[in-house]
Amino acid sequence: MKDNKDIRVVVGMSGGVDSSVTALLLKEQGYDVVGIFMKNWDDTDESGFCTATEDYDDVIRVCNQLDIPYYAVNFEKQYWDKVFTYFLDEYKAGRTPNPDVMCNKEIKFKAFLDHALSLGADYVATGHYAQIRKTGDRTEMLRGVDRNKDQTYFLNQLSEDILEKVMFPLGHLPKKEVRRIAQEHDLATATKKDSTGICFIGERNFKEFLSEYLPAQPGRMQTMEGEDKGQHEGLMYYTIGQRQGLGIGGPGGPWFVVGKDLNKNILYVEAGYDNEYLYSDSLIATDINWINETPSESFTCTAKFRYRQSDSKVTVVPLGDNKARVVFDQRERSITPGQAVVFYADEICMGGGTIDEIFKDEVMLDYVG
Amino acid sequence: MDAIYLDHAATSPVHPDVIEAMLPVMKQTFGNPSSIHQYGRKARQLLDQARSVAASSIHANEKNIIFTSGGTEADNIALLGTAWANKSKGNHIITTVIEHHATLRTAESLEKQGFEVTYLPVQQSGQVSVKDLRDALTDQTILVSVMMVNNETGVKQPIQEIGELLIDHQAYFHTDAVQAYGICDLDVNVLNVDLLTVSSHKVNGPKGVGFLYIRDGVQINTIQFGGEQERKRRPGTENVANIVGFKKAIELIAGEKDQRLRKYQSYKQTFLETLKELNLDFAINGEEEQLVPTIVNISFPGTNVESLLMNFDLAGIAVSSGSACTAGSIEPSHVLSEMFGSEDERTVNSIRFSFGLANNEKQIIEAATKVGAIVNRLAS
Repeated sequence: MKDNKDIRVVVGMSGGVDSSVTALLLKEQGYDVVGIFMKNWDDTDESGFCTATEDYDDVIRVCNQLDIPYYAVNFEKQYWDKVFTYFLDEYKAGRTPNPDVMCNKEIKFKAFLDHALSLGADYVATGHYAQIRKTGDRTEMLRGVDRNKDQTYFLNQLSEDILEKVMFPLGHLPKKEVRRIAQEHDLATATKKDSTGICFIGERNFKEFLSEYLPAQPGRMQTMEGEDKGQHEGLMYYTIGQRQGLGIGGPGGPWFVVGKDLNKNILYVEAGYDNEYLYSDSLIATDINWINETPSESFTCTAKFRYRQSDSKVTVVPLGDNKARVVFDQRERSITPGQAVVFYADEICMGGGTIDEIFKDEVMLDYVG
Repeated sequence: MDAIYLDHAATSPVHPDVIEAMLPVMKQTFGNPSSIHQYGRKARQLLDQARSVAASSIHANEKNIIFTSGGTEADNIALLGTAWANKSKGNHIITTVIEHHATLRTAESLEKQGFEVTYLPVQQSGQVSVKDLRDALTDQTILVSVMMVNNETGVKQPIQEIGELLIDHQAYFHTDAVQAYGICDLDVNVLNVDLLTVSSHKVNGPKGVGFLYIRDGVQINTIQFGGEQERKRRPGTENVANIVGFKKAIELIAGEKDQRLRKYQSYKQTFLETLKELNLDFAINGEEEQLVPTIVNISFPGTNVESLLMNFDLAGIAVSSGSACTAGSIEPSHVLSEMFGSEDERTVNSIRFSFGLANNEKQIIEAATKVGAIVNRLAS
């Protein structure tokens, strides 16, 4: 067995408290720790201010406290090509993408991992709330102990080969404990606010951001029966099940987005939280990644269709070509194309895919987009 | 693991004799050179001696030497000061695309103030062409600023020829000699320069001090305001201890210049020969005959700068490339981009090695061997 000091762990550091504590814990365990900041997006404004500069300064301060070497790598091009292009393409197709899933797949656990390996790393580590369990030759990904923070949903595209080279030192800790450790060690980021939203948009207005890249085409809002309910600002601004921002007054509400017609540029809305049009009973997922073995026959497990949703019981029917039909035990509300469906066997995350088509009573709901 | 410092063009270790010279100034001669009492006079005496040594090192008169906080400030004073003072004679300035950012950014700020700036291109050799300069000159040109040795490639620029060309032209000639000082022969009269920038910390002196040579009669405005120090060109109480340390560094250069340069040249040769023996695929950026002994910029096909720099650092070898841009990530070298075109892979696989006081022969072989192993691993 190698001594920890001979095991190089490259930590992806964002300048936030989670990755800071990740580096701290590994350093305390005696590993040869190297901190690396990924610059994936250029948000430099006219005055020259760039949040990445501030974040990298925090990485420097923490690494100096820990006395570990630190560097920055630029993955702006890869991020643009692999994550942002996908993000825009999905919106153009009327779907609701999940850039965090793609970022983990293409950047953090591909470009960054490759870079770390080129530095002689034995492992990469990140501050994700997920756990890795090694039993013999088998490496599994388990949910984080802090159920409220569990991030396996976003990590569903990682393969066992990749996970063998990964450490998630925070997976067994509650977030509160992570903050406490940071404060106990007086880390520069101990009281820093957690980042929210999609990383490249940050605190900015989502609509404004998207309109810089995709032309908004306002159109009509209609009920499924064709009753006109006013104007929408552009289909890309709406997601299935959305209630806010529709601007429909009068009796009969509240109103919800139930679907989109991309060709006719129509947004479908219906009234009532429990409206029938919001419900479905199965879906077809594409681009499925199975972390351990690939199933060949139907099986039951639980699934998440959105981050931070509780699990639902499902039956998975493999269709080949990385596709599967997912049949729900109970009807599900506002399943959204483009989002991830992630499968679990108790604590183990089995993998996941992209929600592509949605069905009710074996009829495809083409109105959801 | 002992670290090996091959980044002397970024900054150099302070010579022990320099530290020795500075200590008594900080301990005893703390006076303000502008004060009328004996404390002031003693400090003033040290300042005058240093100015005289600095002046002789470039064959100038001491009254033409302005101590500054370093190369960047000297470049700013030279460009802004002459541009503002000579507006009535014209609004055209010529510099080059390969200048240090201290010059480039200052020139850009002058553009915003209404001056027209021509940035001369660079050839693949790493040199700017005197013909290009001749073609760019107009009767509106008031200043030409060309660096003497490029900091990234180590390529010498044709300063003397430019100086000759400008003898009969109204334009003042400034050269940033930060990377040339202590290496090239510098005689302001032979070079025909009107302004010349030097920095202390590149020649084993302390950081935070440099000087600007300003020829007699050069019309130059003040860009900072305050006291009467440095003929009002650079107001503010002089950093006497630093200036005394700088003086010592200058004396050390003069004492053993040829021997020192032969040594650094042999380091470079050893380094390159060791790389060749390892059958490494590499190419030197810039015309080899025009390089200073202390710098070589090497392209390693099939690699990239970020990986190289981090791997070298983790192996204890300190080098650099281009300049750090936002959030610590590495921007492709503007100099190599101009030499080869921004799409050329040499802009993203090249590293600058610079040799000096911190080195010995054994280290050089060890460094080259480690570099070879890393490059072979990354390029495969």
